[in-house]
Amino acid sequence: MPSTGLLRASKPSGGAGMSCLPGSPYNLAMLIKKPSDIRSSEITPKSLYLRRREFIQVSGAGLVAAGFAACSDEAGAQGGGLPKLANVKKGSPLSTSEAPNSYEHITSYNNFYEFASGAGDGPKQNSKNFKPGNWKIKVDGEVAKPADYLLEDFIKPYTLEERIYRHRCVEAWSLVIPWVGIPLKDIVDHVQPTSRAKFVKFTTLVDPTRFPMQRTDLLSWPYVEGLRLDEARHPLTILAVGLYGEVLPAQNGAPIRLVVPWKYGFKGIKSIVRMEFVEKQPLNTWQQQAPNEYGFYANVNPMVDHPRWSQAREKRLPSLFATTKTQMFNGYADQVASLYTGMDLKKNF
Amino acid sequence: MKRISAIKLVVFAAALIPAAALVYGFYKLYYGIDLNALTANPGDYITDQTGTWTLAFLIISLCVTPLRRLTKWNEVIRLRRMLGLFAFFYGTLHMLTWVVFNHFFDWNAMLKDVGERPFITVGMATWVILLALAVTSNQYSIRKLKRKWQSLHRLAYAAGIGGVIHFWWLVKADTTEPRRWAAGLGLLLGMRVWWAARKRQFFIKGGKPSPAVR
Repeated sequence: MPSTGLLRASKPSGGAGMSCLPGSPYNLAMLIKKPSDIRSSEITPKSLYLRRREFIQVSGAGLVAAGFAACSDEAGAQGGGLPKLANVKKGSPLSTSEAPNSYEHITSYNNFYEFASGAGDGPKQNSKNFKPGNWKIKVDGEVAKPADYLLEDFIKPYTLEERIYRHRCVEAWSLVIPWVGIPLKDIVDHVQPTSRAKFVKFTTLVDPTRFPMQRTDLLSWPYVEGLRLDEARHPLTILAVGLYGEVLPAQNGAPIRLVVPWKYGFKGIKSIVRMEFVEKQPLNTWQQQAPNEYGFYANVNPMVDHPRWSQAREKRLPSLFATTKTQMFNGYADQVASLYTGMDLKKNF
Repeated sequence: MKRISAIKLVVFAAALIPAAALVYGFYKLYYGIDLNALTANPGDYITDQTGTWTLAFLIISLCVTPLRRLTKWNEVIRLRRMLGLFAFFYGTLHMLTWVVFNHFFDWNAMLKDVGERPFITVGMATWVILLALAVTSNQYSIRKLKRKWQSLHRLAYAAGIGGVIHFWWLVKADTTEPRRWAAGLGLLLGMRVWWAARKRQFFIKGGKPSPAVR
C-alpha cells in the first residue's frame, strides 16, 4: 500500500488560500486524496462549511474572484450558458452520490476523434462552430416500427432524467458526470425489435465539413458502436441529450449520445444519427482499429489490463494520482454482473 | 563575458521555461486561481509535457554537431553538454511522473509495467542511457574514459531512437506527432551516416579528414 502521509497532510486546513470550499470537486484535497478514501463521516457538515464559506468571503481578499466562483458547490449553478432542458426528473436512485466534476472539466477534457485526436481540449476547440441543426435519427433494421425522426420528435414521448454516473475512460482516468437523458429501454420498447434483433448498432453522423478529422483516415468513419439487446435494455443505459441540465455541448456528443456507465467511455458513441437493430454483433470502430486492445464488450474490469497499461487503478480527475481503485463494472456490478454470467471476461474484453 | 558564455546563459534560462511553466501552472491550480491551468487531467498533462521536452532536448542536442559542421561555428559545441543534461533533466521528471502519479510508488506494479509493456521497457531503457550519459558528462570522465567516452556518448543516438519508439508505441491511433519526431531524428542521424561514409571514402583516397568531423 502506498503511504498516505502526503495525502493526509493535504486535508483542507480552512485557510482560504489553501483550498476551495469543502465539497467542491475542485479543492486541493481532491487533487491529492483518493475519493474512495472519503467516508461519509469525514464529509464536512453543511453548517460547518457554510461557516467556512463566510470565513472565505470575509477573508476573500487573497482569493481570486474567479477561483471562488468556480468553487461553487451547487451542481445547479454550473453550466455553459447553453439552452436549459425543461422537465428533467431528478434524484434517480441510479445516480451516484459522488460529487460531479465541474462543467469546465467535463467539457474541456475528453476524446472525440471526429474533432481531434487524443484526450484534451481539442474537441472543445475544434467544435466551436458545430451546430446540430435539424438533427435526424433513423431507426431501422429488425424493428416493427422503422422510422426517420427529427430529434425533437424522437425524444418527445419520453421523460428526461438526470443520471449522475461515473465515467471511466479506457485511458485510466475517470470523471463523475451529471447527464440528462432517456433510458434507452424506453426507446427500444417503443420501436419494438423483432425476434431476430440481437444487437443494436449505433452510427455517428458523417459530415467532414462539421467533423474536421473525418477528412483524414485517422479512424474508419463513420464511428460505429454496438450493444447487445439486453445491455441496451438495461435501466442504467441512457441516450443522453444533456449535461448539467443544459443541452449537450458539441464536444460531448451533441445532440444525442449513448451513455453506458459500466463500460469504457469509447462505447458511448456520440452524435448518433442511426440506430439499427441487427442479428449479428456489430464491429465497433475501436475494435476494428486495434482488435488486440479494444473489444466489443469493453466492460470496465480492473483485472483485465489494456495491453499497454494497467486498468487496476484510475485517476479520478482532477486528481494528479492514479490512486483510485478501479471497480468491477465501474462500480455497477450489482446491477449488471448478471448480464455476463458464465462469460469469460478475459476473452470477451 | 565571452559571446559563447552569454549564449550559454540565455539557452540555460530558455531551457528552464517549460519547467517554470509547469510550476506556475501548478501554483495556479493549487491556489485555485485557475483550475484548468494544467487541464482537467494535470497528471497526464505534466507527463506529456515533460516527455515532449525530453525528446525536444534530445533532438536539439543532436543538432549541435551538424550545425557546427554546416556553419563552421565551432564554439556551438560548448552548448552540447548542457542541452544533453536538460534532456536528462526533463527525462527524469517524466520518469518520476510515472513513479508518483501513475503508480504512487507501487514498486511491484512498476516492475510489471517495465517487464510487460514494451513502450515502458523502451522508455525506461532510454532513461537509463540518459542517466549513464549524464553521470559521465563531466571533464573527469572525459579524461578517464578517453576514447571510450566518445563511443559511450554515441548512445545519445540510441536514446533519440528509444524516445521516438517510446512515443510511437504509446499513441492510440494518431501517429502524426511521433512521425514528425522520427523524421527529424532520421534527418539528423542520416547526415551523420552520410558524413561518415564520405569520410571513409576520403581516407581510402588518402586525404586528411576535416577537423570538424566528430
